[in-house]
Amino acid sequence: MKKNIFYLILLLFFTFIFTVFYKGLDKPNFYTPKEVNNKNFEEFTSFELFSNKQFDSQDIIENNKFTLVNIWSSWCVPCRQEHSVLMNLSKKTDLNIVGLNYKDKKNNAIKFLKELGNPFSKILIDPDGIISISLGAYGVPETFLLNNKSKIIKKYIGPLTENNISEIIKIIK
Amino acid sequence: MIRLIKFISLILFLILSLQKLSNANNNSLSVDKISKNLRCLICQGQSVYDSQSDFAISMKILIDNKIKEGKSEKQIYDYLKNQYGEWIVYDPEFNKKNLILWAFPLILFIFGGLLIYRKVFIN
Repeated sequence: MKKNIFYLILLLFFTFIFTVFYKGLDKPNFYTPKEVNNKNFEEFTSFELFSNKQFDSQDIIENNKFTLVNIWSSWCVPCRQEHSVLMNLSKKTDLNIVGLNYKDKKNNAIKFLKELGNPFSKILIDPDGIISISLGAYGVPETFLLNNKSKIIKKYIGPLTENNISEIIKIIK
Repeated sequence: MIRLIKFISLILFLILSLQKLSNANNNSLSVDKISKNLRCLICQGQSVYDSQSDFAISMKILIDNKIKEGKSEKQIYDYLKNQYGEWIVYDPEFNKKNLILWAFPLILFIFGGLLIYRKVFIN
């Protein structure tokens, strides 16, 4: 009798382990970054791309009801796709769009904007990529929608799509 | 006289080289140590220390800056956890979700111990 109970427990135990691992097989084992909303946006100071003047992120964000911060670079291929979407957004709304130029050369960045248009009200530079890391970004492109209290309302990892744009327009209206 | 100069210069050389060594230890060792414990989020299966991706390079500069600001190792981990979530550190925190994982070896150990105890002392 005692032996039977022991084997039963052993059997249950192995079935439990088997189910756990079997379920685990279906789980994707690659990491997908979490989209964290409602967090505070790290404050930073940087230089403007064209004027080389120093700006504080806080001053730019406070003066507008909503701000869209877009991390981009001229060498980044998805940014090229995304750019037309951003141009569209800037034409449709008067949203304050701020660019953060990630690890780029000044000449290349300006050339890129001349070719594809400039949707940004200001472009701050991030030559080492440290600012982007301190904002919690993974790479380029990445976009943050902020309110005037520096709260992250929405974070988009990867290029913006037309669907994202309509979502943003809904939020800011 | 020449002996004295030789002696003094030897001492000076030793002090300077020691200082150099300790400086090097302070800075580069800490960046290496911290970045070895961080997961590179955009390159699978590599630490920030191993990776040469843009993300990892910037991360190393940021860690260096934080060390120069006088932040402690724990403060830097906490800061990065706040930005990127707990996944960024290799060492998982002890919480409800992974309670079984932490306790399981202990349970097995005790269970096995009991089995041996019964076999040896009771039978």
